[in-house]
Amino acid sequence: MRKIWWKILCIIIIFYVIVMGFMGPVPHLPILNETIRNTYFHVALWLAMTTLLLAAMIFSVKYLMSGKIQDDDVASELTKSAIFFGILGCMTGSAWANFSWGDPWPNDPKLNSAAVSLLIYLAYLLLRSSFEDEQRKARISAVYNIFAFAVFIPIIYILPRLTDSLHPGSGGNATFGSFDFDNNIRKVFYPAIIGYILMGMWLAELRIRIKVINRIREEELIVKNN
Amino acid sequence: MKRISFFLLYLMMLSGNLFAQTSDPNYVPMADKMREDGKIWVVVLVVAIVFAGIAINMLRIDFKLKKIEKELNIK
Repeated sequence: MRKIWWKILCIIIIFYVIVMGFMGPVPHLPILNETIRNTYFHVALWLAMTTLLLAAMIFSVKYLMSGKIQDDDVASELTKSAIFFGILGCMTGSAWANFSWGDPWPNDPKLNSAAVSLLIYLAYLLLRSSFEDEQRKARISAVYNIFAFAVFIPIIYILPRLTDSLHPGSGGNATFGSFDFDNNIRKVFYPAIIGYILMGMWLAELRIRIKVINRIREEELIVKNN
Repeated sequence: MKRISFFLLYLMMLSGNLFAQTSDPNYVPMADKMREDGKIWVVVLVVAIVFAGIAINMLRIDFKLKKIEKELNIK
């Protein structure tokens, strides 16, 4: 993963999203007006977060099967960049909600479950930091990570759709996919998701490399002291 | 009576005139003026510069890490 090409690709995609996100044609929708462009920047953030969490869960399973500490590094750092996106998603969401729904935090089921899932993942970080022994930390947090993802998907994607929610796709609101999501939006929205995913992977990769360097430094110190 | 009806007719025509401005029920105001001016490009430019700065910074961190990795002989 130390190749440079996908990082350049990430930068190019995000530049494309910035330019087309502001300039591209969008459907004219009442209430939303120009803020429909937030789809590229806010909604894509959540989908990128979900993808990163899925990847983190896969690496947690991989760690439990192989016992290699590297897999746990990947899982934890992917989760951290996903949490970063989640916090950004909450902040951008409240900014958008303030203008479109008239309240920075309307008691919408999707918002509350997003907050709950963020807390679940913050607890994951807390769990990680409360163990000294590396293998034990890795094993317990890998199990927790699988559980957390298994809770995350229903409370973010399924439960809000069963009740009344301001978000599209719930309580009789149509999903984005059905009528207002035209091809002009798709042309920018899908690249935006890919760009964010690559960005999250990049952040995670940098942190993994720092972790590996630190581990080797520590081992060298131990060898020197003996 | 005739006068009043003329007056009412006049009022109706007047209000009809006013309605004509927003006659299209599907009209949704968008920031088209900003696009015509080309001022939106200023915003795009600013955001692009900010992101370019972030990207350059991340690439620099990347190269610095590569250097350290070389010193420590990590594959």
